Amino acid sequence: MAAVNNAAVNTAAVDPNSLQASLKDALLAALLAGALGLFFLGIRTDIAPGGLAVRTRWGLLLTAMAIVFAGRLLLNLFVFKTKRPVTRAISGSMAGTGSALPTLGWWMGRGLFGFALVLPFFFMTFFPGQQRQYIDLAILIMTYIMLGWGLNIVVGLAGLLDLGYVAFYAVGAYSFALLATNFEFIGFWTALPLAGLLAAFWGMILGFPVLRLRGDYLAIVTLAFGEIIRVVLLNWYDFTGGPNGISGIPKPTFFGLEFSRGEGGFADFFGIEFNSIHRFVYLYYIIFILAIITNIVTMRLRRLPIGRAWEALREDEIACRSLGINTTNTKLTAFAIGAMFGGFAGSFFATRQGFISPESFTFLESAIILAIVVLGGLGSQIGVVIASIVMIGGIELLRNIGFLSQIFGPGFDPTQYRMLIFGLAMVLIMVWKPRGLVSTREPSAVLKEKKKIGADMVAQGEGH
Amino acid sequence: MAAAVQTPADAGETKSWDLDPVLTVEHLTMRFGGLVAINDLSFNVGRGEITALIGPNGAGKTTVFNCVTGFYKPTEGRIAMRHGLGQQAQTVSEVTHSSLKWKPSPEGAVFLLERMPDFEISHHAKVARTFQNIRLFGGMTVLENLLVAQHNPLMRASGFTLGGILGLPGFRKAEQASIDKAVYWLEQVRLIERADDPAADLPYGDQRRLEIARAMCTEPHLLCLDEPAAGLNPRESHELNELLQFIRREHGTSVLLIEHDMGVVMEISDHIVVLDYGVKISDGDPAAVKTDPSVIAAYLGVEDEDLAEKPEVASIVVEALGEEAAEEAGIEIPPARKNGGDK
Ligand SMILES: Nc1ncnc2c1ncn2[C@@H]1O[C@H](COP(=O)(O)OP(=O)(O)O)[C@@H](O)[C@H]1O
Ligand SMILES: [Mg+2]
Repeated sequence: MAAVNNAAVNTAAVDPNSLQASLKDALLAALLAGALGLFFLGIRTDIAPGGLAVRTRWGLLLTAMAIVFAGRLLLNLFVFKTKRPVTRAISGSMAGTGSALPTLGWWMGRGLFGFALVLPFFFMTFFPGQQRQYIDLAILIMTYIMLGWGLNIVVGLAGLLDLGYVAFYAVGAYSFALLATNFEFIGFWTALPLAGLLAAFWGMILGFPVLRLRGDYLAIVTLAFGEIIRVVLLNWYDFTGGPNGISGIPKPTFFGLEFSRGEGGFADFFGIEFNSIHRFVYLYYIIFILAIITNIVTMRLRRLPIGRAWEALREDEIACRSLGINTTNTKLTAFAIGAMFGGFAGSFFATRQGFISPESFTFLESAIILAIVVLGGLGSQIGVVIASIVMIGGIELLRNIGFLSQIFGPGFDPTQYRMLIFGLAMVLIMVWKPRGLVSTREPSAVLKEKKKIGADMVAQGEGH
Repeated sequence: MAAAVQTPADAGETKSWDLDPVLTVEHLTMRFGGLVAINDLSFNVGRGEITALIGPNGAGKTTVFNCVTGFYKPTEGRIAMRHGLGQQAQTVSEVTHSSLKWKPSPEGAVFLLERMPDFEISHHAKVARTFQNIRLFGGMTVLENLLVAQHNPLMRASGFTLGGILGLPGFRKAEQASIDKAVYWLEQVRLIERADDPAADLPYGDQRRLEIARAMCTEPHLLCLDEPAAGLNPRESHELNELLQFIRREHGTSVLLIEHDMGVVMEISDHIVVLDYGVKISDGDPAAVKTDPSVIAAYLGVEDEDLAEKPEVASIVVEALGEEAAEEAGIEIPPARKNGGDK
């Protein structure tokens, strides 16, 4: 609270760069931290023989106060109490690069696509020791890219904030798992479209009750829907296996060839030496193709009347209706198509893991997918790619940072801090680029000259 | 006095809007809780004519629009839209007594708007509207705004999206046609240079014209404009008049117009309906309405009887309606004005 007050007061102050005011404010914050931390950090009770023993940790408390003091002082000097906050300078320069290099996104898209195309071979050539791990990570990132693109249809284009997207991911995964484990003849490739259709059907089911809802209510109902699906999966023991989940889900085959050692396998058929990496490469290409299909279809839809109607719906629903657009159907198609791609991704997830349980489909998953869409920039396809790489890749990267445990001691596990870092990164990006990394909108039709549309003009839709 | 002015000349003859109405509003009542926003309102909109709906703020004009375009369900009343010539009384009564929303007739078709949801009114009954506070798709380009307005024909052409995804040639042609139509309207409203700019970037006057162009892209039979001249400067206001007359002349579109600027109303409308507190107080051609004392009283917020006795009121009337009208209405023109002094 002090921060808000001071920031407000100091815009009107005579000398905005006053060192004295900054020091005073930082000192105050440090004292506050000291008062708050007195019992939390300063005093600790330990179990000792014959009861509890009070132990004081003044060093820790003082360190915390010093950190608060220094952090607050730096913030004051560079952000809160200066006429030109660095945050504004940074966001200004970033906005500048965006408009100065309109083709940057285009080249980046091509570059990333090219790299993704050869990615498994890149890792096999340059990191033969860790190829499996890296390709696995690429598969994971690609899955999130696909989920992000699917959700982007609902949130980014149609402007309907959906906090329960993971429900469709779950429906896809369970549809595939149940179909494949109950019917011999159904393999991955037959189950995939069925799972997508079922997810689309559930998208419509969700669509109906939320059609009339606006704003926060829409967000809450979709959130509840996601939880309902998860709870049903958890408790419908006979059908879904409850918390034990479903195991023994078949792996995808390459035109009937399994990726197994020995007679009749993929390696045997092509006369190459068996290597377990083949299956990973194959999985990678499956999700790569699924994701690319998602992207192509979305880009196509944007240029079709239905996609334009989605975006118009995000801009102004009443105007849409005055132009004869059936907003009910338009919203339902957005939910259904978004859900369908979620369902495809879910089937892929099931076949990759070979085992699924409701634990994989918690709200956190929805939150991560939504964060990818929001960080990337609502409606931006390339933004989703960058955000997925940064977020999912970044989290995984933490696992592999060995030198940190040399600094903080052998007990230090950086992955435990991933949510903290994740949150911090989110706050920073939202401060600098409140509308996401790629916040410009590309027009869907051009008469003479294509001009990018700034984020400040584009409406966000319901529930944001 | 009031009785004397009540259309003495036209008493016997039937008006064009009664003979060939594109829209008839009959006994329309709209209540919001205890508030009666419109009370038993009946009027006709003539085919190919410009009809003005005027009245003080809060009279219920926008509410009439919202009922006609399906945004509100009227509490009572019938709103009939006709495609094709004449009153089509037979078909109107047939539809009314059936549970249908509309029905083709020998002349065209009859639509009961109070039974239809808003988007069907635009799609099937071909009634387009603009809004008092402009509602454009601000983050989309000017061209995109006009393409969204052609959603329904384009959806059909794209095979409800499937054909479009596959890139069938039929859709390509339809899309080019829709762009051509958008270009045509952009030229008419002189926004062709700004086709690729976001709509939110346009100045206010341009946004108003774009909203009209967007409504016209739905190929309406009836165009409802809610205060299109609000906030325009005199030059823009004059251009708007010409645009409306062009629309009526070249496209045969009937126009229903809410307007505050009496100059605009008197100049371009064929028929004026005056509302006050949700009740119709006058209905006729501009000459008749202009001289109707109850209109003058409503606009000034005074009782009829007081009118002639207050010189300051009289001078406002003269300013608003012109000397001729005031004199016809039986208002004594204050001497100061007669002598040419302007204070
Ligand atoms: N949705 C609504 N709910 C309640 N009252 C309304 C609503 N819409 C309009 N009204 C009321 O109806 C009356 C007429 O409003 P309106 O049609 O906007 O007037 P006008 O357009 O002639 O200025 C006003 O008293 C207004 O408050
Ligand atoms: Mg109004």
